[in-house]
This record gives sequence, structure tokens and C-alpha cells, in this order.
Amino acid sequence: MSGHATYQPQSGFMKWMERRLPIGSLIHSSFVAYPTPRNLNYLWTFGGILSMMLAVQIITGIVLTMHYTPHVDLAFKSVEGIMRDVNYGWLMRYLHANGAAMFFFAVYIHIFRGLYYGSYKEPREVLWILGVIIFLLMMATGFMGYVLVWGQMSFWAATVITNLFSAIPGVGEAIVTWLWGGYAVGNPTLNRFYSLHFLLPFAIAGVVILHIWALHVAGQNNPAGIEPKSDKDTVPFTPYATVKDGFFMVCFLLLYCWFVFYMPNFLGHADNYIPANPAVTPAHIVPEWYYLPFYAILRAIPDKLMGVVAMGASIVVLAFVPWLDTSKVKSARYRPLFKQFFWLFVAVCIGLGWLGAKPAEGIYVILSQIFTVYYFAFFLVIMPLLGIFEKTKPLPNSISESVLDAKA
Amino acid sequence: MTTGSSAEHTRRDFLYIATGAVAAVGGAAVMVPLISQMNPDASTIAAGAPIEIDLAPIADGQIIKVFWRSMPIFISHRTKAEIEAARNVNLATLKDPQPDSARVKEGHEQWLVVIGICTHLGCIPLAHQGEYNGWFCPCHGSAYDTSGRIRVGPAPTNLPLPPYTFVSDTRIRIG
Repeated sequence: MSGHATYQPQSGFMKWMERRLPIGSLIHSSFVAYPTPRNLNYLWTFGGILSMMLAVQIITGIVLTMHYTPHVDLAFKSVEGIMRDVNYGWLMRYLHANGAAMFFFAVYIHIFRGLYYGSYKEPREVLWILGVIIFLLMMATGFMGYVLVWGQMSFWAATVITNLFSAIPGVGEAIVTWLWGGYAVGNPTLNRFYSLHFLLPFAIAGVVILHIWALHVAGQNNPAGIEPKSDKDTVPFTPYATVKDGFFMVCFLLLYCWFVFYMPNFLGHADNYIPANPAVTPAHIVPEWYYLPFYAILRAIPDKLMGVVAMGASIVVLAFVPWLDTSKVKSARYRPLFKQFFWLFVAVCIGLGWLGAKPAEGIYVILSQIFTVYYFAFFLVIMPLLGIFEKTKPLPNSISESVLDAKA
Repeated sequence: MTTGSSAEHTRRDFLYIATGAVAAVGGAAVMVPLISQMNPDASTIAAGAPIEIDLAPIADGQIIKVFWRSMPIFISHRTKAEIEAARNVNLATLKDPQPDSARVKEGHEQWLVVIGICTHLGCIPLAHQGEYNGWFCPCHGSAYDTSGRIRVGPAPTNLPLPPYTFVSDTRIRIG
């Protein structure tokens, strides 16, 4: 891809640096002169928003570790101490807890954006798979962070999720004991979750760097789903993308702050303000909202092992999407049938999320099963077949043509 | 660097392979302590010593919960009706077929001792609930009968039995 300008160090210091560590030209070529397709819409600002949320979670998280005690007798108390005694502790904790929810909200929009515009297709397969890895790491991190609060929901979430591994034939029980460091979830479990919850965000940051690297090699996809052909199809990252990203980050922060300051416990569960009690399981245990669709898939299948396998497969299948989708056309804008199946898929995912919060009985189980079938059929049947049978609309000759035609 | 044709094996080839093999074995050996440290430590294992329970205060039809190895153990003093219900079951209809006699000690049929952890995903089932009047797990809806056997729901197996013996007619030792 051709750039818009090349970096010329201005100051004497930057000239001196350039010959020793060319960080100035790296930043310039990645975030200033980097050519972005001129037709990007606001859905393309979520990468920036996600980077911001990762930074927010790491900063608030480091602050929380300064006041938190990872011990079964003290963890819950120390969290309450953060809420009541630590200066601005309530703010740090609410930012961190709601930040996790916002992080997942943004990542789901980011994933659906990728699915809609075919951002996983050649040459962006590795970029997409790195994204799936980040998503898996996020799920592990979010789960372990939730356990640290050591309330009733924390404890039983830890019990249920670690017990998923007991479904593995033969070695399942041994693996679960190994994960716990005991014969039940206990102090060793809390300690190792604390350690890993601290570590994994930095692992995520590492994979994010690879993700951005792969993005900058392949270049961004765009709403038209065709590659830029000339300088007329692109604009420099700064100021165009920087300002657009910045504007939407502020909009996103408004939503985030609305939750933090006006309804900080709306997304949580009251039961988690009861200290963990290994003797009593709460009557209704449900995971945080961002895991509900996968939880619904787990419960839709009346067999323990197959339920766990289906839940795992529902995430792993994403990694194979670049090869499951056989269509040459990237953007759903030019795929009339795919567009309909896509929106049905979005509705099914939201429906699974709703079902995940309902009791596992009667009509809810049947609906979960129907939705689970569609979830997998979308990837395993619809995607491969549409590439063969769908009659796509003609693609524009270039990005600039698609933009200028829309204007005319 | 040229390796030439691999038809000829030299002393250098042997040294490469031998060095690589030692490095691989060494790397694998390092994994042993790194993985093993996560298993239950000595104090956790020691805390799993056997416990003795006095059954005399448990009334007819009562179920108590005690902890052994951080696991809840249900001790059910079954009524005549509950024992009858547990015996009069067509074993072919069970998901994990086991006669009631295999789940209690002979001569102590009124005492059922099971590990109170749902075999699905580890929640603690509620006593005297569910359509089989045994236990009901609120998490994913598994129901157990008065013998602790899985009857409906996603749990794959019956509630497991802990190792225990009768020290006297009214005392058991778990572990």
C-alpha cells in the first residue's frame, strides 16, 4: 500500500534518535501517515475503543490490587473496604466492574462488524484468528476477575466453570482437582486466579500488538469490502481516523460513565454482595450477561459432555470462519441473502443471551435448542452454501467510486 | 552452510540429535514441578483426614450436611417410605443403574451417605425437593431420588458415595 507522506524528523533530537531507534518513523507510519480507506463508518472506531478499554481496565485493575487481599477470609472484606474506606475506591471498582461489561459490549460490536463486512477474508485470516484468541483470553480474564470478589456468585461461578473440565472422560476429575489445588474451590483457587487475572491482561495486550501488526500489514477492510487501488481511495490516519476514533471514544465514555455513576450495579447480581458460602448454592445462578449466549448453548444440550463440547465449539468455530465462508464477496452490502441470514444470526445471539438468564425448563430449553441449531447452522451450513448459491450484487470498481456514487 | 545429501550420517549429525534430545527431555522434566505445584498441597491433603459422625441425634427423615475434604456430605436418615421408594424402581429406567442395596451398608438401610455435589457442574443440591423427593439441583435442574440416584436432568451419574464405615450402630467414620 502506498503512503501519504514519509516521515522527516524535524528536531535535532529526533534526527539523532532516528539513526538509533526509529520509533518516530514507526509511530508516524502506523498512526499518522497510515492510509485508511476513505469510506470507513463509525463501526470502525471500535478497535480504538477496545484499546482504550484495555488501558482503563489495566490502570483501574493495578489500583485495585493495591487494596485487595486474595485470601478466602479477607477477599470479600477487602472489596468492601475498597468500596467504603479507600479514597475513590468505589470509583475505581465501579469503573473496573462496569469497564469489563463495556469491554465485552464493544468487542461484540467489533466481532459482528467483522462478520457483516467479511473482515476475516483473505488476506485477513490471521488478523481474525488473533482476534478470536483475544476474545478467549478476555473471557478467561473476565471470569477470574469476577471470582476475586468472593461473593456467592463468584464462588459458584468458579465451581460451575471449573467443573466444565470434569466432563472430559477419564482425566476430568484429576484436571479439576489440579485447577482447584484442593478438593473444592478454596484458598489455593482464589490465589491462582488472582495471579492469572493480573497476568492475562498483559497477555491480551501482547496479542493486541500482533493483531494491530497484522492489521497494518493487510490494511483495513472497509464497508465496500474491496481493497484500495489508488491514493484516491484512502486518507491519512491522522487527522481523519484519529479524530473520528476520538469522537466516538467520547460517545462511548458517556455510555460507560452513565452506568458507572447512575446505575453501577445494574449489570451485576445482588447475590454477589453475600460473602461466599461453600455450603449453600444460590437458587438462581447465572453468569454475567456477556457469557449468557454461551451458557444457553451449554444448557440446551441435555448431556454433560456434549453440552460442554457445544459451548466450546460455539467459540472455536469462529476461528474457522475464514474458510467456512466460501463467498468471494466480502461485504454484506453486496450479499442480499447473507445480509438476511446475518441479521437473523444477530437476533439468535441476543435470543440465546435472553434464554441464558431464564431457568432451564420447559419452553426455554426448546427455544435454546432451536437457537443453538441456527447458531451452528449459520457457520457450518449457511456460510459454505451461500458462497455457491447466492447471486451477489455487482461490486463498485473502487472505494472512491462507491463513495461518490452514493453521493450522486 | 550446506548439509549435502543426508545419505551420509556424520558424527556431527549424531551430536545435533543427541543435544536436541537432551534439551527436549530437560524441558519436559522442568514441566513436572511447574505442573505439580498446582495440585493439592500437603496441608490440604492432611486436612482430609477421616472424621467421625454421631448419627444418634439425626431424626427419622432428617438430612444433615457435614464437610469432609471441603466437600459437603449428606447423611440422610431415610423413612420407611423413602426406602421403599428407592427399592421399587425399575433399574432399566435409570440413567446410571444401581440398586439401592449397592448404595447403603447392609443392615443400615435407613442411612444413606453421599457426597452432596451435583455430578453435573458441582452445585449443592437442595434436600427433600424435586419430583423424586430426594435432591434437586437449582443450577441446571437435575433431580435425584431418595437413594441419591440421578433421575432427570443433565447430571450424568448418581451422587457418589464417600468411603465410610460404621464404627457402631450410631457412629460412622468418613474417610
